[in-house]
Amino acid sequence: MAESAPPSRYAPGTHPDLPPPVRTTGPIAWAHQNLFSSPLNIFLTLAGLWLLYSIIPPLVEWAFIKSVWSAASRAECWDRMEVAEEAACWAFINRRFEFFVYGFYPEAERWRVNLCFVMMILAIFPVLYDRMPGRRHWFWYVAAFPFLAGWLLVGGFGLAPVGTDDFGGFMLTLVIGVTGISFSLPIGIALALGRTSDLPVLRMLCVLFIEFIRGVPLIALLFVASTMLNYFLPPGTTFDLLMRVLIMVTLFSSAYIAEVVRGGLQGIPKGQVEAADSLGLSYWKAQRLIILPQALKISIPGIVNTFIGLYKDTTLVLIIGLLDPLGIGRSSLADSAWAGLAREMYLFIAVFFFLCCFGMSRYSLYLERKLDTGYGR
Amino acid sequence: MAAGNQGAPDALRASAADGATIIAINGMHKWFGEFHVLKDINLEVRRGERIVICGPSGSGKSTLIRCINRLEEHQQGSIVVDGTELTSDLKNIEIIRSEVGMVFQHFNLFPHLTVLENCTLAPIWVRKTPKAEAEEAAMRYLERVQIPEQAEKYPGQLSGGQQQRVAIARSLCMNPRIMLFDEPTSALDPEMIKEVLDVMVELAESGMTMLVVTHEMGFATAVANRVIFMDAGEIIEQNEPHEFFNHPRHERTKLFLSQILSH
Repeated sequence: MAESAPPSRYAPGTHPDLPPPVRTTGPIAWAHQNLFSSPLNIFLTLAGLWLLYSIIPPLVEWAFIKSVWSAASRAECWDRMEVAEEAACWAFINRRFEFFVYGFYPEAERWRVNLCFVMMILAIFPVLYDRMPGRRHWFWYVAAFPFLAGWLLVGGFGLAPVGTDDFGGFMLTLVIGVTGISFSLPIGIALALGRTSDLPVLRMLCVLFIEFIRGVPLIALLFVASTMLNYFLPPGTTFDLLMRVLIMVTLFSSAYIAEVVRGGLQGIPKGQVEAADSLGLSYWKAQRLIILPQALKISIPGIVNTFIGLYKDTTLVLIIGLLDPLGIGRSSLADSAWAGLAREMYLFIAVFFFLCCFGMSRYSLYLERKLDTGYGR
Repeated sequence: MAAGNQGAPDALRASAADGATIIAINGMHKWFGEFHVLKDINLEVRRGERIVICGPSGSGKSTLIRCINRLEEHQQGSIVVDGTELTSDLKNIEIIRSEVGMVFQHFNLFPHLTVLENCTLAPIWVRKTPKAEAEEAAMRYLERVQIPEQAEKYPGQLSGGQQQRVAIARSLCMNPRIMLFDEPTSALDPEMIKEVLDVMVELAESGMTMLVVTHEMGFATAVANRVIFMDAGEIIEQNEPHEFFNHPRHERTKLFLSQILSH
């Protein structure tokens, strides 16, 4: 075809691909379609901009520009500001930072918590990132990590023992959250398989367990763990409170995971099982290689949703006397030198939880995109 | 009985008649709840035989071949596949399933695995074939169904005809002695039916024992030793294709043929 004006008619089969009209691609078209496509949309866009304008600058000013980062007390903090109380006093968080992270964990032993944290990152990485070189060789390390971490944190066998009632702060959140997440997934999958199995007794047991746990609030389970369990156990047995909490939290979220995974299992067409059967795969091989990989993929949003819920619910342990970050914050505010700085404290804890939960949510989106093989059902 | 072989025109067809019995179904009945789907089925299939099963929908043809690898359980009578009787014994079922390949109407490929992984999965996990060997064999079968270049793709990226050919290759990778086809071309666009039928014809020429539920009468005429007509859960009539199409004996067969051949 010539470069000049294209002919208005083409012989059949010779029509070239023409460029699209100017207004349908590019940033201007995008803005037009997404921000200013109708009067309502224009209004919403402007209202949103105004809202951002009226929130963000004052917030930045309060949190960063005028804030005080080091001081010995609240009074000193406010003395340093032009107008008392006009900005954040991060000195409070700064001074109490270690308390927020370690709780009452003895200072001399805190390297164990740090080491544990580094080991946790090393254990999580090969689990979450499948293109890591030598991923297989990490398996034993990942499997051993919970036990290593338990030993490091609690002590014994050569390490100075530390009572679990000294655990606190973000470290406690991570201990409960990571344990709950990593144990509730396999238990939840087992429960889901049990609930969809052909064996009536097994199915009944799973249904009973799931429905019982789902029908009771987590707080009630935690109270049972902290007080009632003593009545059922033989007198004289001491059963660590944190251990009981870990078990309750794990069981609680595994019941939810089980229902999420069951939803995924039901989303797999019957033909997949039949194809696996017809190739001679046994039940377990078919579940492991064919059904679960697909069912879990469908369930990712629900599973991560449950995990995020679990992670935030760890703050409930406050009620039975464990010092999670909120507990630490409240006891810090009781100190007369820092009383009245609740905003700073809650915002700080909120940012910590937000970062963790947002991380999980982003990871789940990455996983969904990665596992998408373009099979339109 | 393979009585329909007497008029077989070519050597290929004649050779099938010498085969030993590989599937023997005797007095088999099946119910879905109250519904009596299969009634007194007696069928003997010889090694190398190619059987086409046709009949109106709901006549039990799919159920019949699904009983042969126990995707459906029969309640009465016996099914013996290659010397092993199908009972509720799981070991027997797994043995038979690994010897009997099946191709489904909706392909049922594993969408989370690549084409190559679809083909190597069962050899590796059921037959314990080393991975490299399984992949080599899989590539041979993918070449045989003429899509080796798609090995690294996912099923969702292929056309229906290509997916069905992968499904055939996947079954062949287990070196089955018998292949069951459950309406393999019914879910395909017309232009893709031929590519799948070509593969099936080639497979038939290699001497594979095949039971095919299909309405592709051209395929039946070209390769079948025997055509079986089913209606309402019974085998009404069976004969070699030429006789079957030109001189149907039973009224219901005549009606069915007039309906499918009238276009």
